[in-house]
Amino acid sequence: MNIHEYQAKQVFAKYGVPTPRGIIANTPDEAVANAKELGGNIWVVKAQIHAGGRGLGGGVKLAKSLEEVKELAQEILGMTLVTHQTGPEGKLVQKVYIEEGADIKDELYLSVVLDRAAEMPIIMASTEGGMDIETVAEETPEKIIKIAIDPAFGFQGYHGRELVFGLGITDKAEQKKMIQFAQKLYTLYMENDAEMIEINPLIKTGAGDFIALDGKMGFDDSALGRHPDIEAMRDITEEDPDEREASQYGLSYIALDGEIGCMVNGAGLAMGTMDTINYMGGTPANFLDVGGTANAETVAKGFEIILKNPNVKAIFVNIFGGIVRCDRIANGILEATKMVDVNVPVIVRLDGTNAPEAAEILKNANIDNVIAATDLGDGAAKAVAAAKGEK
Amino acid sequence: MSILVNKDTKVIVQGFTGGEGTFHAEQCMAYGTDIVGGVTPGKGGQTHLGKPVFNTVKEAVAATGATVSMVFVPPAFVGDAVMEAASAGIELAVIITEGAPVRDMQAAKACATKNGMMTIGPNCPGVITADECKIGIMPGAIFKKGNVGLISKSGTLTYEGANQVVNEGYGITTAVGIGGDPIIGLSYKQLLQMFQDDPETEAIVMIGEIGGDLEIQAAKFIQENVTKPVVAFIAGQSAPPGKRMGHAGAIISGSAGTAKEKMDALSAVGVEVVVSPAEIGKAVKKVLS
Repeated sequence: MNIHEYQAKQVFAKYGVPTPRGIIANTPDEAVANAKELGGNIWVVKAQIHAGGRGLGGGVKLAKSLEEVKELAQEILGMTLVTHQTGPEGKLVQKVYIEEGADIKDELYLSVVLDRAAEMPIIMASTEGGMDIETVAEETPEKIIKIAIDPAFGFQGYHGRELVFGLGITDKAEQKKMIQFAQKLYTLYMENDAEMIEINPLIKTGAGDFIALDGKMGFDDSALGRHPDIEAMRDITEEDPDEREASQYGLSYIALDGEIGCMVNGAGLAMGTMDTINYMGGTPANFLDVGGTANAETVAKGFEIILKNPNVKAIFVNIFGGIVRCDRIANGILEATKMVDVNVPVIVRLDGTNAPEAAEILKNANIDNVIAATDLGDGAAKAVAAAKGEK
Repeated sequence: MSILVNKDTKVIVQGFTGGEGTFHAEQCMAYGTDIVGGVTPGKGGQTHLGKPVFNTVKEAVAATGATVSMVFVPPAFVGDAVMEAASAGIELAVIITEGAPVRDMQAAKACATKNGMMTIGPNCPGVITADECKIGIMPGAIFKKGNVGLISKSGTLTYEGANQVVNEGYGITTAVGIGGDPIIGLSYKQLLQMFQDDPETEAIVMIGEIGGDLEIQAAKFIQENVTKPVVAFIAGQSAPPGKRMGHAGAIISGSAGTAKEKMDALSAVGVEVVVSPAEIGKAVKKVLS
């Protein structure tokens, strides 16, 4: 689960990680009131969406008067912001964060993520703040410092020294501030089961203070149960409504732009099915994993969600029944065709436990648009042909 | 021969008396697995499925001589359960549970390593040595004995792959589902080495997915250490690039983890890479004939 910048900064503040002062606004009037409350004569109006690259997309702007705060808030609120992380459809901006202006001397990059190979969290830092870190990694990888921290022993002095010397920070007082900053960030990463924290840029002010000018945080979904305060920050409007509806039924759904709807058990086989469809000259309309406990209701729900997509010309049901018995799935499909109006050809491949019985059930039901397939390759070929209008 | 487990392996079940634990323990016993007991704190002294229940893993190991534990405890308690197994002298923990917090698995894996315990999973179908020992949730009937070793991140693709191998007239020595979580136990490298060393295994099927760089590491390992033929499939060639908040995860490994990158790396070291999982069986036939 991801949270907004303003929420990440609330978490930072709780741990004493310095951030600029700011207040969240839902309307232009609130934005002005917030700017007044913050005081000063320069503010930043920042679109709050779950994606990076907001500045380049026109979602972060500087205001030098209260009138300008209002104008910019009016402009940004309600806009569909497109960045390199939103996809071409962009994201609707529903909140703006009004922040005090900052005195920027240097821009740095700092993040904490899990290093899967080292099997421990890693602090990544770079002097190239404010830039796209992927570009930095590609063009000047030597400018990225990586420091792995073993949670069994925690953040040690040498971690801090590697960080500040690596960043070229020579002033003693500044070194101390930076080390404390990183240590607090590591602590909050661990204590909140974060998946990643990214601060880009982390600025050094003219006075030599380090401040998180931006903040992104993602959390381990499996651990949210023990962090009700974090879970309360969930913004469901940032999630795809179809994906969300599917997840309520234990289905994992991602819409794509092809023509063949897919219903598969297991994420790996679901991806493998999409790959096979592509390989045979078709295009998948979605990824849909019905999970290990598919029944009539989940199968019906799956059909319903797939058929919401008007591009779907055929559906390929590919189930390898392990513990789930195929005859039950076959009955589920029959039930589902009664519950949902399935108006496209459905190619069904059921393999594994009780597959012969399942084939018998589908054959006896004799439904016009249900086509049986013998294996994955056969099913994909039939689905591709059906989507092209061939029999 | 086979790897990791065989008909003599003594297995306990952590989370023995729960719904999942009970159902799958029964299935495993029906397959022939020597389940010698189980652990459910507070239910020690009872008998379940005709086997003794213990309060702690330590007691279970002392009384039964078990060396392998199949872990079915709920996600929030998996880390604790794995560490308990490690400290009790279990040699291999097969962690089936889905949804364990990553931080817990990080600690559990570190503890297991320190105690010399191997782990498989979490969030995996388990391990099966055909016709001898099934520790997990896979449909046993499709795994017929033969000379192909199988390693897979995905559960249902494990079944798909094994089924095709069997349908081509071959069979399986041992199949291992390693799981796709951020922190996993045994991975391609260790298992490739075990299959390389197993005289009965003549070919290896490895099934991977997009994300991370384990398959890239496996390719390097194969080049240096594996002389047996390897067939590989990487799921997710057609997956769209994820809409993520940050990309820090991909930067660490220095690899974007795309299917193409992995397929190219494996092809380059002589692995028979298939573009569709429907081709796995045929590819095995090709490398073995």
